[in-house]
Amino acid sequence: MHGLVNRSIQVFLRDTYGAALWTDVAQTAGLGFDNFEAMLSYDDRLTDAVIGAAARLLDRPREAVLEDLGTFLVSHPNLESLRRLLRFGGVTFVDFLHSLDDLPGRGRLALADLDLPLLELQGEATDRFTLACRAPLPGIGHVIVGLLRAMADDYGALVLLEHEGSGLAGEVVSIHLLESQFAAGRRFDLAVRAG
Amino acid sequence: MDGTMPDTGIRIEAAALARLMPMHLCLSADGMVTGCGPTLGKLLDGQVPLGKCFFALFEVRRPAGVGDLAALVSRAGQRLHVQLRAKPGTGFRGVAVPLVAGEGVLINLSFGISVADAVRDHALTDADFAPTDLAMELLYLVEAKTAVMKELRDLNRRLEGAKTAAEEQALTDMLTGLRNRRALDLALAQVIVRGTAFGLMHMDLDYFKAVNDTLGHAAGDHVLREVARVLRAQTRGGDTVARVGGDEFVIVLPGLVEAGALGAIAGRIIAQLDQPMTFEGQFCRISASIGMTVSTAYDPVRPDRMLSDADEALYEAKRAGRGRAVFRSVG
Repeated sequence: MHGLVNRSIQVFLRDTYGAALWTDVAQTAGLGFDNFEAMLSYDDRLTDAVIGAAARLLDRPREAVLEDLGTFLVSHPNLESLRRLLRFGGVTFVDFLHSLDDLPGRGRLALADLDLPLLELQGEATDRFTLACRAPLPGIGHVIVGLLRAMADDYGALVLLEHEGSGLAGEVVSIHLLESQFAAGRRFDLAVRAG
Repeated sequence: MDGTMPDTGIRIEAAALARLMPMHLCLSADGMVTGCGPTLGKLLDGQVPLGKCFFALFEVRRPAGVGDLAALVSRAGQRLHVQLRAKPGTGFRGVAVPLVAGEGVLINLSFGISVADAVRDHALTDADFAPTDLAMELLYLVEAKTAVMKELRDLNRRLEGAKTAAEEQALTDMLTGLRNRRALDLALAQVIVRGTAFGLMHMDLDYFKAVNDTLGHAAGDHVLREVARVLRAQTRGGDTVARVGGDEFVIVLPGLVEAGALGAIAGRIIAQLDQPMTFEGQFCRISASIGMTVSTAYDPVRPDRMLSDADEALYEAKRAGRGRAVFRSVG
């Protein structure tokens, strides 16, 4: 898995639960080093081991840790750039959902060796969708649930999200859009802030 | 484009045209603006320039010589570089095509590569661009690239730090491949902890500065590497040979505390170094002075004392005329 993904998981655990927990996780997972480098690549098994170790040490279900990770990725100020890159996907939440198919392509535009999860949106209705998620990390659907929940907040949309288990196309997440403009949402300027 | 006017055409509502081309201009047959896309309107601070002359508002910078409608029509279909006369920094790309039946000209403009600046300067949003426009992707790329570059810079900084730390922790003298000062300290601590008796030599090159000054640093470096080769050849595998200064060397010889044996080794080293070396056809003459001591003369054995005594003996050797070895005077 790309270092960027692993590094994000490290930042999530460190910023949410403290540096001491991250040190324990790195040790329990048997990483053999203290920090992931964002611009290097790592064996997929390490990512799985980190999530497993975090769940054990925090005494929380693996699914809950993954979902919190997804939410953290787009709501934490330290990772503002990821939220911005996702917001480029569309003006409304539904636009954004439809842009998820392009996610791996967008990832590769930024970094040729970045393999983001393969996401496939389905749904004839305008308010009910399913999203099939495929990635080397088991439980990726839970990350996506957390991420979509935070992005819905960002757009000011009200949605119900459910992990429906795994199918042939991967892990399936159901999305029920209750209201597309429930709250004001967060502001999104196209222009990069100075600095 | 073959330049001939088609005799049939399509008709399109102004609003639909605005969605397709939010930065278009319609010109009448006499060059007056008759329509303007909404995004272009924003750039003109909301003052839609209806009825104004296109060439008074815009300058066609390339191709040269496009100053009236006839010239514009003759360039139909070609890429134009256009700028607002009121805002000379604002460059556009454009293309003009004639309307049917000589009804004027339609011009479509875009920001080209200056799109990121335009978005910032005019607070544009996704809705200001045609859905087919790749402006969003370009902005996304600019931002992704910036984020990736920041990560790479951070990584470089960390690697640089790690490299410095690794160099500090290194035990080898880069020039000669001998051990360095740090390695010497570790070796001394080790023999003392083990309780092994040992001999210590402190060697300083004579006339080395002259080689450096007259033949240059490359010759000096060559001499130092030759000295290292001699020292390695004249010592055993278990001895520690360290370069501790520009032309200063320290040798730790575990198990060798007999003055005669040490003196013999020192003598061989000095004899070897007395032989002239050549560097790029030039002779480099140096010699060496050595001060010696043995751990059995100390109780407790203190490396700093031994080093300073060996150093004293070394200066005695220098004073006595160089090119010789002196054993630490007892007392």
